[in-house]
Amino acid sequence: MDATLSGTQADAVLKTAHKPTGRISDPIFVGILWSCGIFVLLLLGLIIAMLFEGGFPALREFGISFLWSTDWNPVTEKFGAGVMVFGTLFSAVIAVIVALPLSFGIAFFLTEIAAGPLRRPIGVAIQLLAAIPSIIYGMWGFFVVVPLIAAYVQPPLIEWLGPIPLIGALFQGPPLGAGMLTAGVILAIMILPFITAMFVEVLESVPPMLKESAYGVGATTYEVYRNVSVPYGRTAMVGAVMLGLGRALGETMAVTFVIGNATRMSASLFAPGSTIASTIANEFPEASIGSLKLQSLMQLGFILFVISFIVLALSRMLVRSKLKG
Amino acid sequence: MSSLARRRATDYTVKVISTGFAALSLVLLAWILWTLISRGLPALGPHVFTRITLPPGAGGGLLNAIVGSLIQIGVALVIGTPIGLMCGTFLSENGRNTQVGNAVRFVNDVLLSAPSILIGLFVYQLLVVPFGGFSGWAGSLALAILIIPVVVRTTEDMLNLVPIGLREAAFALGAPQWKVVIMITWRAARAGIVTGILLSLARAAGETAPLLFTSLGNNGWSISMDQPMASLPIAIYQYAASPFEDWVALAWAGALLITAGVLALNIVSRLVLAQMK
Repeated sequence: MDATLSGTQADAVLKTAHKPTGRISDPIFVGILWSCGIFVLLLLGLIIAMLFEGGFPALREFGISFLWSTDWNPVTEKFGAGVMVFGTLFSAVIAVIVALPLSFGIAFFLTEIAAGPLRRPIGVAIQLLAAIPSIIYGMWGFFVVVPLIAAYVQPPLIEWLGPIPLIGALFQGPPLGAGMLTAGVILAIMILPFITAMFVEVLESVPPMLKESAYGVGATTYEVYRNVSVPYGRTAMVGAVMLGLGRALGETMAVTFVIGNATRMSASLFAPGSTIASTIANEFPEASIGSLKLQSLMQLGFILFVISFIVLALSRMLVRSKLKG
Repeated sequence: MSSLARRRATDYTVKVISTGFAALSLVLLAWILWTLISRGLPALGPHVFTRITLPPGAGGGLLNAIVGSLIQIGVALVIGTPIGLMCGTFLSENGRNTQVGNAVRFVNDVLLSAPSILIGLFVYQLLVVPFGGFSGWAGSLALAILIIPVVVRTTEDMLNLVPIGLREAAFALGAPQWKVVIMITWRAARAGIVTGILLSLARAAGETAPLLFTSLGNNGWSISMDQPMASLPIAIYQYAASPFEDWVALAWAGALLITAGVLALNIVSRLVLAQMK
């Protein structure tokens, strides 16, 4: 990396760069560069402002309890975000719980097990999962996964786990196929490549010396992975998981197809539900300009923005802290 | 069992499970692709490319959606690429280790991962409400906002790979910064920048949610940017959920087309990137 620009060295070169010329063309060019940078800053500000402005009337109408109220009734014009916020978090958490062990395993496979020529094609193939558009996951989930889950996964789970007290509540209801669990599983497949790719990047930044010392005292591959590599990259790996969570929170089309779109709250994994994004996509066509419903949908959008902003900011902090230091 | 044997057994088990997980993810990819091919290929005939949307049973195609998608993505690239390119250059050349640069980089990361449906709502509020209707312009703008952060990120990364000596040599000859950037830095990073644009194109091509609130979709022939405009993802969304068999078949045909295009773009850009590094 000696040959690349970095840090103060770059600053020095670039600062002298636009001093001596004194031509009019250079200030214009640098001005364009700066304005494009500033434009991106303003863009985010404008997005926040517009979403807030669009949703503010709903907040004024229903007060702060809009955030947790579980009413959602277009007929009586009562709206609350509770069911959707719950569904958004619930489905995203399921996705992370499913994706996390898979990502750990695949990252282990890619960094320690896969032999040279196999490694790249397999890594690329897993990355291609991330390139498939959301709506394709939606169709595949709706036509292929939902019927499978309804026929083969839910009936036995309801029969075996349903009667158990406490955790039985998770496995109640008719085997519809569509619901929280299915949405979570589809989301897990969608975020898996992101988490895995960042895990691999972090694991590759572990100094070889550390691993070699562990091997030197006789540790097995798995023990080195668990006791050296993962602890070394823990902060950044938590950040990677947060990034995956952030993506799962905002996914729209895939979730809309498989979550069942019910505006009721249920603790069951099999019950149909809805997320903020799926509700916006679903109910938007029936909301006319200026209606309280549209304003409520905008407010939902603003809430989603705030949630994902917090998750993404945390994730970025954690990832950068490790990879830089 | 001795401690060593147990540790070896654990090691072996974890390796098998990990390999199994990797195989599982490949199986999932193959399964999705197989579903698309087995359902999309039989539905893919010349009518898909030559006819516009017609009522169910009339043998309609996806022509208006394909053309609408191409127009909107094209306009989005024209709007988004220069801004993204300039902003990426700003981050690499002027904004390094500065407060403004770090802020822009952070905001760009947020935009990169922000839920795309919110970009749709934003453009709806910005263009559709004040101008009184859904339009191709609004759809293009939403896609442009999705393109910009991808281009910014790859441009910055690629420009950072350009050796400092190259710039120094040009500056030493008395070249102004704009000449150095355009004729030296950009040229050296050309392949990487093009890759970034291809990746952003792949992302924009598959996006559905932001178009729901902006260009809406159109069942007729639509090439006027001031009117609601059809697009492939929206057509898939509408057809897949419809009760008509031939419409669902068209949705699969469209899904196959989009996925083939997006995956091809991704593979090509990865090959280019791999050669660069």
